[in-house]
Order: sequence, then C-alpha cells, then structure tokens
Amino acid sequence: MTDRLLGVEDLVVEYPARGFGKKPFRALSGLSLDIRLGETVGLVGESGSGKTTLGRAVLGLAPVTGGSIRYAGRDISRLGRKERRALASDIQVVFQDPYTSLNPALTIEQILTEPLTVRKVARPEAARRVRDLLDQVHLPADAGSRLPREFSGGQRQRIAIARALALEPRLIVCDEPVSALDLSTQARVLDLFREVQDSTGVAYLFISHDLAVVRHLSHRVAVMYRGEIVESGDGDQVTSRPQHPYTQRLFLAAPLPDPDLQEQRRAERRRLARAAAAPSVS
Amino acid sequence: MTTTAAPTDLPAVRTLERTARVSLVRRVLRSPVGAVSLVFLLLVVLAAVFAPLLAPQDPDFASARDVLAPPGGDHLLGTDGSGRDILSRLLYASRLSLSGAATAVGVAAAIGITAGLLAGYYGRWSESVASSVSSVFMALPAIVVLLAARTVLGPSPYTTMIVLGVLVSPAFYRVVSAAVAGVRQELYVDAARVSGLSDGRIIARHILTVVRAPAIILAAGMAGIAITLQAGLDFLGLGDPQRPSWGGMLSDAFAAIYREPLTLLWPSLAIGLTCIALVLLGSAVRDALERSGRPRRRRRRDAAPPAASLAESVVVHDEPTGARAEELLHVRDLAVGYDQPDGSTTEVVHGVELSVHRGEIHGLIGESGSGKTQTAFAVMRLLAAGGRIVRGSIEFEGADLATLSEKEMTRLRGRRIAYVPQEPMSNLDPVFTVGHQLTEPMRVALGLSRTAARTRALDLLARVGIPDPQRTFAAYPHQISGGMAQRVLIAGAVSCGPDLLIADEPTTALDVTVQAEVLDLLRDLQRESSMGVLLVTHNFGVVADLCDRVSVMRAGRIVETGPTRAVFATPRHEYTRSLFDAVLEDTAPRGPLVPTTQGAQA
Repeated sequence: MTDRLLGVEDLVVEYPARGFGKKPFRALSGLSLDIRLGETVGLVGESGSGKTTLGRAVLGLAPVTGGSIRYAGRDISRLGRKERRALASDIQVVFQDPYTSLNPALTIEQILTEPLTVRKVARPEAARRVRDLLDQVHLPADAGSRLPREFSGGQRQRIAIARALALEPRLIVCDEPVSALDLSTQARVLDLFREVQDSTGVAYLFISHDLAVVRHLSHRVAVMYRGEIVESGDGDQVTSRPQHPYTQRLFLAAPLPDPDLQEQRRAERRRLARAAAAPSVS
Repeated sequence: MTTTAAPTDLPAVRTLERTARVSLVRRVLRSPVGAVSLVFLLLVVLAAVFAPLLAPQDPDFASARDVLAPPGGDHLLGTDGSGRDILSRLLYASRLSLSGAATAVGVAAAIGITAGLLAGYYGRWSESVASSVSSVFMALPAIVVLLAARTVLGPSPYTTMIVLGVLVSPAFYRVVSAAVAGVRQELYVDAARVSGLSDGRIIARHILTVVRAPAIILAAGMAGIAITLQAGLDFLGLGDPQRPSWGGMLSDAFAAIYREPLTLLWPSLAIGLTCIALVLLGSAVRDALERSGRPRRRRRRDAAPPAASLAESVVVHDEPTGARAEELLHVRDLAVGYDQPDGSTTEVVHGVELSVHRGEIHGLIGESGSGKTQTAFAVMRLLAAGGRIVRGSIEFEGADLATLSEKEMTRLRGRRIAYVPQEPMSNLDPVFTVGHQLTEPMRVALGLSRTAARTRALDLLARVGIPDPQRTFAAYPHQISGGMAQRVLIAGAVSCGPDLLIADEPTTALDVTVQAEVLDLLRDLQRESSMGVLLVTHNFGVVADLCDRVSVMRAGRIVETGPTRAVFATPRHEYTRSLFDAVLEDTAPRGPLVPTTQGAQA
C-alpha cells in the first residue's frame, strides 16, 4: 500500500519484572496494525488489554522487544534518543488525563511554544503560531497568559490538542482523550478532532475503551484483548456486526440509552453468555 | 451535534487568581516571620561584605591597656581577653562563618542535587549506585570524619566545610531524587519528550521547578548546621587560630567567663540569631508554598452558574396508571451548602425534590458538578467537611434524616441505608482481609457470632457471583480485581438487609463487560429483596438498563423527572434533550476513509 503511514508488524513489548530470574511481563504479543495517511484507526479494548502500551510503543515510550514499527517506510522501533527527537514533528500525542498532561506551573503560551522552541522558531513567529493554534481549537486568544488550572477539563483537552498540532504532525496518538470528560463536553471535543483532521489531514491512532466513541470517529477499528488484536476491519462492520466472540461480548455489554432496545440487548447478552458457559460445563 | 462547535465549555474565568505568578520572594516577605528573618540575614551578609568599612578597628590589634574593657567608649561591645575590639572581630568573623556555610551548602547542593536529578530521572543503575553511596555517607559519623580530615588536610576552615558538604550531600540527594521520581511519572513530562525536548531541557523546564522549593528549605537548615558545626570546631580550638571566628571568640570569652561574662554574649548572639533566622526563613518559604494552593478551591465553587437564572419549573412526566409501592424516601426542597472561610455559605444543591419507593430504582443523572453526588451524600448525612443541609427535609420511614442526631444516623446507616461507592478499591482497607471487612459490620450491626457471620459472608460472596468464595474471603484487597472488589462491596452493602441502597456511580470505574455483570447483579438483588435504590450516574445507558424512574440534575437542581421510559421517549426539558443529543451510541459510524480527501496530500 503506497499511502501507508504507519505499519506495526509482529510487535512484542515486554516489561522487565522486578527481581532476578522472573519472567518479564509481556504487554503486547505479536501485534500487527497499519494506519494510512489521514486515516483514523480506532483501538478498542478493556483495561489491561495493552492498547495504551501500543500507543506508547509508537511514541517511543515503551520498550520494544520484538517486531517492528515502520513510519513512512522507516523502522522507528529502536531509535536512539536523538533520532527519536527528530520524529517529534511527525508523531504527536494527546493523553487521557487533562489534569496531569499539562505542567501546572507553566502558562498556556509557554506550554504551546515548548515544541516550537525545539525547532528554533523565532519568538514573534512562535507567538503568532500560538494564536493560530488557540484559534484552531476554539479557545480565546487571551488564553495564552493563563495557567492550566483556570480551565475546565474540556478546555484543557483543547490545549493538549493544540500542543500536539504545534509541529504540524502527520500522526497523533490519542490515548483515551475524552474518557475523563462529561458527555456534552466529550461530544464537542470529538467534533474538534474531526474538524482538525478535515483541515490538516492528520492521521489518528485513537485509543478508547468506549466502542461508541471509537465508532463515531474511526474509519477502521481494531479490537484488542490480552495483548493481541482479535478483530479489525471497517469501522461499521466491527462496531455494528462484530464477528469475534470477544467483540460481540464487548458490543453487547455497552448499555444502550433506550430502555426497550437495552432490554433486548441484555437478553441477547445473557443468551450468549449462557451459550458460552454451556459447553465448558459439559 | 454540529461540526462548527461553539465551545460552551468555556465558563467566563475573568477573575483570575494570579497568586502563582507572584514571585516566591514576595510571598515570603508578606509573612512577618519571613520578612524579619530575611532582613536579618541580609544585614548579616552586608555586615560581612563591608566588614573592613564598618569595623572601627583592626580586629587583630591587641591593646594591653584595654583588656576586657566594658562596652562603651571606644569599644562599642567592649574588648576581649587580649584587648581586641569585639565588634570588629565579630564583623570579620561573620565573613568566615558565612563563607564557610556557603561552601558547605554549595558543595552539598552541587553533589546532592545533580545526583538526585540524574538518579530520579534516569532511574535504574544510576539510582542504585547513588543510593548506595549516599547510604554509606549517611552512616559515617560526621564529626569524627571532620576531625580526621582536619588532621590530614590541615586546619583550613574551607577544606573542613567542603568535607562537611560532601558528608551532608545525601540529604539533598534524597529530597531531590524523590521529588524527581514523582514528577517523572507525570504525563506532561512524557508529552515534553514526545515534543522532542532534550533531556537537559526537560530537566531544566519541568523538573527543576519542582525541586527548587524543597531544596531552598533544606539549604536554609543546612546552612544553620554548618555554622554551628564550624563554631563548635573553632570553640574546641580545631580551627585556624589566625583568623577571627565566632567559635574562636566564644572560646576566648569562655576562658574569661568569671572576669567578664558579658563577652560570651556577643558571639553567642551572632551564632544563635543567624541560625534561628535561617530556620525561620526555611519554614516561611514552606508556608508560602503551601498557601499558594488555597484560592483555587474557592474559585471553583464560585464558578457555579448563578442559581436564579436556572430556577425554572421542573418538567414532571405523568405517572403510569397503577398503584406504586409504599414510599420509602421522600426528599423535600433539599438544599446543601458549604461553609466558606469568610463565614458565608455556598449552596451547591438548591431545593431538590425526589422520592424513592420500595422495590424501585431511581436514577439521578447529571454531569460533573451538577450536585447529584451531594444529594446522595446528604441523604446519608455523609457530606464532606464544611458541608451541611441548609434547608429541606429527608423523610425516611417517618423520620426526618435532616434533623436526626449523629447517633441515630449511625444506627440507620449500614442497617437500613446501605451504600455502594464508585471506587471499589479505595473503599476496601488494604490491611484487612476481605472476609474480616465483610463480617465485622455484620457482627456489630446484626450481633451475629463469628461463625454465623462467616457463613453468611460466604453465602453472600457466592450470591454476588464470586467463583471461589472461600479464596476471596481469605484474600487481601490487592489480590482481587476491581470487578471482584465491587462485588464484595455490594455483598457488604446488602449484608444487613437494607431498605434503601444508595449507589454512587457503582460501575464507572469498571470495564464495560464487568459493568454489565455488576448491573445484572444489582438488578437481581434489588428484585429479590425489594429494596429501594437511589442510583447516581452520568451514563444514560446505565439508567436505561436499570432504572424505573429517572431525575435529571443540572447545577444543583432537578430539571426533569419521571418514569424512565417516558423521559427517554420524549425528553421535554431543553437540557435533557441536549444531553441525549450528545449520546454517541445511536450515531452513524464514520465509514471507511475516502482516498481523495482534501487533506490527504498534506
């Protein structure tokens, strides 16, 4: 595929265990995934499934012990610190927790100029860029002189998005970026993600535990379970007509905001659970 | 949902609290203790620097005529046993004391902070090496090493202070490496790395700022210790006898203590006051740093929307025909307020009205800050410190919970009113086994014997779907998963057969597949015992799955209430409708990527 931006092949991530002779903890075992230019790939899974580890491996924050991560054709899984830093303008991140992902002691302007200073952007140029970024994420222009604690969770997430966009990356890893937000705030931040993608053509690796959020934003969806991808494909197919038993369980477990439909879904889930339990008993 | 999002998640935060940007120095100066000690230390430093100008005489000029002259006349503070002017000697001696202390602190800080930064930031082997070395240093008896060093290296006060600095550097190392290891885990440090910042820049920008304050406090205390230790060595005659020093003056005065005890006072005052000023300055800095966090909390409460503008009528949906069961809980015009430091009260819940009937699950839904949890906690009378029921009544089986005594409330909680929390793990004590935490309330509340409580606990654990009750009973909380912990807490909540169960976001911290199982469990238990349940949640799916009735809360008020089916079918309040619009479950999936999007070539 010519327009492939990121290719993950047989990726293994192991965290060393404390103490001698203990087996390392294997967070990802032989996982493959690819992302095309301008595409959103949703990654769904429950806690401990390894979805955050995959995101951190792409960002160079997790130890890769096997397989490869290729970005624009080049293997980036074992880069040195210096080469990794050069990748900053290509791969960026928006973290889950908007309260700890911004340094509380710095103003918004200082936070947003941080990536620019690395690129040695001149001061007036950087100030202009900060204003553009704030405008792009629909924050008032005077937000730059304030501190993170003066903003709500949704606004902080907008700031985090602006920081990710500062270097005009081609891929942003979004690690549960809306799960700490209220329902209506969540919807608006998701809209912002789509709007930014439409205007810049950036690709997202969008990590979430919420099937509905992923379905809303993703062109393609991959489902993770215990360090492996159990099902992947077209977003509509995976989130509406799942094939793998685990995806089906995940799909049926999410309660629908409609009492009648939810009653049906519940009945179906219980039927599936009984069917799954029956053969193991006999 | 529109794509041109007009972000209404922007409350007008105009009244900015700029305290954080007021420099630390100014905050220290604002406290009397900080100002006095800082000014005193400044004077001592100035006196030391300008000693040649200030001193009335040569500190080493001995006049045989004026031996032990009393204060006054030519000698403002008198003379010592050799007829030297005390004031001049004091001024010159302060140079030695201050520069010695600065040397010790400088050496300790240079070694300790550098090692702490490296060990805290990079961890692994650098940390093990640095910790081992610092442990060895801490085990060495400082005074013995100093005496040995003096014998080997000579009586220069600076060599002694350098050795002292090396010996006390582990104190800096410990403080700094702990602070750095804490910050290292923060997401903003990861974000800085992803932004392409070099390690040096990350340390300078994000990590040094955190280390600065504890390092200042430590340095102040350490300078005091260095001055005292140096004076002690000089007093023992182990210093350089050629140069005036506070310790040496003390020694001279001690020799003449019977003839002129007053001479002892001046060097003692110099040492004592300087050390006290240093310690007080350290605590003033600490106080200034701690105070900076306070205004934020107050501002957040003020930011709640004004009550009056939202005081519209509640949308009440019609009851379905047919008799409802007996009413269990009736909350009338409940208002909850928090006392502020300035004596006023900030209301967070303004006149809530709701009822829970026997055998019915009542959902209380709203976004963060809507007052739903405050309402639930008010019913249990478990409001956080400073919170109280400002007005209204809470009728529960003929009694008004709002006016009951604390003792009567304790009798109700756990027996008649039970509670399931949001964070299962933080609600189990890690020190006790699950079994102990389950049986203890049953023995107290129901008066069961140890064996009877154990049998009942095992039954309950089996009932809440725990596969191996015996094992879970004997396990400690860290040995079970979050879903299991929530089942244990539910088992505990229903163990005394309550009439009313209050569940505060009982599935929010759980994975979606576990959430489904826990919801099933709550439903089954509620059906079996016909409890009334007040369920606080932010999730419409949970309400649809479980609740018979629902009340929508916003900014401390209920805006819409009625049977779940009616509210979900035809939400009438504007706010309820906007919440339903934000629900993503029923939106269309995005569909595959169209290859020729305009941004694809970017």
